[in-house]
Amino acid sequence: MSEDSIILLKNVNKWFGEFHVLKDVDLEVKKKERIVVCGPSGSGKSTMIRCINRLEEHQEGTIIVDGIELTGNLKNIDSVRKEVGMVFQQFNLFPHLSVKENITLAPIWVKKMPKSEAEELAMQQLEIVKIPEQADKYPGQLSGGQQQRVAIARSLAMKPNIMLFDEPTSALDPEMIKEVLDVMIDLAEGGMTMIVVTHEMGFAKTVADRMVFMDEGRIVEQAVPDKFFNNPESDRTKLFLSQILNH
Amino acid sequence: MNDLTEARKPPVATTGILGWLRINLFSNWVNSLVTLFVLYILIQFIPWILNWTIFAADFKYNFNGEEIINREMCSRVLDPENGGACWAIIYVRFYQFMYGFYPREEVWRVNLSYIMLAVAIVPLLFDKFPFRKHFLKFTYVFPIIAFFLLNGGLGLEPVSTNKWGGLLVTLVLGCTGIALAFPLGIILALGRRSNLPVISMMCTLFIEFIRGVPLITLLFFGMVMLPLFLPEGIDMDGLARVLVAVTLFQSAYMAEVIRGGLQAIPQGQYEAARSIGLSYWQMNMKIVLPQAIRISIPSIVNTSIGLFKDTTLVIIVGLLDLLGIGRGALADTTWLGLAYEVYFFVSLVFFIFTFAMSRYSLYLEKKLKTGINMGAD
Repeated sequence: MSEDSIILLKNVNKWFGEFHVLKDVDLEVKKKERIVVCGPSGSGKSTMIRCINRLEEHQEGTIIVDGIELTGNLKNIDSVRKEVGMVFQQFNLFPHLSVKENITLAPIWVKKMPKSEAEELAMQQLEIVKIPEQADKYPGQLSGGQQQRVAIARSLAMKPNIMLFDEPTSALDPEMIKEVLDVMIDLAEGGMTMIVVTHEMGFAKTVADRMVFMDEGRIVEQAVPDKFFNNPESDRTKLFLSQILNH
Repeated sequence: MNDLTEARKPPVATTGILGWLRINLFSNWVNSLVTLFVLYILIQFIPWILNWTIFAADFKYNFNGEEIINREMCSRVLDPENGGACWAIIYVRFYQFMYGFYPREEVWRVNLSYIMLAVAIVPLLFDKFPFRKHFLKFTYVFPIIAFFLLNGGLGLEPVSTNKWGGLLVTLVLGCTGIALAFPLGIILALGRRSNLPVISMMCTLFIEFIRGVPLITLLFFGMVMLPLFLPEGIDMDGLARVLVAVTLFQSAYMAEVIRGGLQAIPQGQYEAARSIGLSYWQMNMKIVLPQAIRISIPSIVNTSIGLFKDTTLVIIVGLLDLLGIGRGALADTTWLGLAYEVYFFVSLVFFIFTFAMSRYSLYLEKKLKTGINMGAD
């Protein structure tokens, strides 16, 4: 593991019952690196990033996040989750809490921050995602794009070093995708370490330091975007790119 | 706006009272027939019941103006054709209906408890209540105060629970049963869904056992068998034993109701809660349970109403609740044969409480639905 790497997956294997979802996955992510993961559905991309904050448990291999190895040790899992923020495809906001309460919840209860300070922090995060005016609304009153931006603000409020995005724009109407991507681009430019599972290739070309292509549970190819899009090595990657770029 | 399709008034008789009548009561000929039939029954029945219960009824005096002291003086016994209900039996025995055989000189303690119960419960039920936070502190200590007030101790004359009766016993059983069963039910429901097999199995066994047994059996169990399990020399109060049985019974049902709500919470809520670092208990207390309980409100109220009425079963083990006192009144030879009045009164009191509960649940559902639109996308 090199000096500046922040995430390390080594020989990671995982099964869902009999089904082998992750096969010998090796991945190293450096600090401030922006990784975009793509691949056909069922290729294990989501499962891989969900293993990084232990929403899924890997059965073989090693995962080290910010110097902490993920094992059954609950304390380690808690410390990793404080380091790693996650944004989901379905937003997963808490519908019974207002936008502000969604964001202040973890700072208040996990970091024991005083309420007034947490609210101030929440407003800062809402400024970052450009919807401070929605603070007192409930998630159900917001559009999909706004909800996803609240979800990003909720993660950012814990001041994570790493952000994981699991298809953050897949559940959005087309006209709302841009507002979410814009926030993510800002975040990338601010120097956040990011792993993004997405099919938004425009976004990938703009922000990614490295592309990771997965198929059938394996990492098939890793390359800088320029090489990945213009001169991919594997036939499988070529096929995939032709399918998603040519229409 | 374009000028081609200006907003027009809706067609006549789809809105307003006429529209409502048409849509709801006379939408087709079967519906119209049913409406007319029900209307006919109501016209026949309502005046009769009003007359019997109020206009032709005796309250304290009969139609001769004499104070009624036994059944022979009731108007409906003197004149079966025209006389209505004879509420004198309720009037004369009102004390028993409310307090059982609680000593008269100590009855202020029961009244004070009733008042404090209202002060403790109302702010709990309405979250817009002024100074709610301070009132809630009182709600937490109320059970302790009520215990010493009713039971005696701390300088108050002890009043044995076998002197308690009527509405007092009904309320003590109902309120304590519901209040204790709620947290117990939550713990059992969480336990049953736990990943730890031992905890899950124990909770499942407990719930299935209690649910598989009639309440009467549990009451007998509490009365007859519980003392056998207690260490020698410790004698548990009769009412307390019944309370244990009622609470266990109710908590098993509450657990299943809440488990139903828990199952409706999407996996994504758990994952989001975990991903921002909440612990198991924080996740449940802040995210999962508030939503699960919200979903289960109708069923929670439903089982609570069920329990409130089931408290009448304690008559089997010799406690005189409201219904028990009623039956006692009927057995009194001076008032023989006034069963209608007694049962009507007891039903009315039960109805007032259960109807309030069901209205409150409607109010809650409405409030929570307008506040938060859960179906976002």
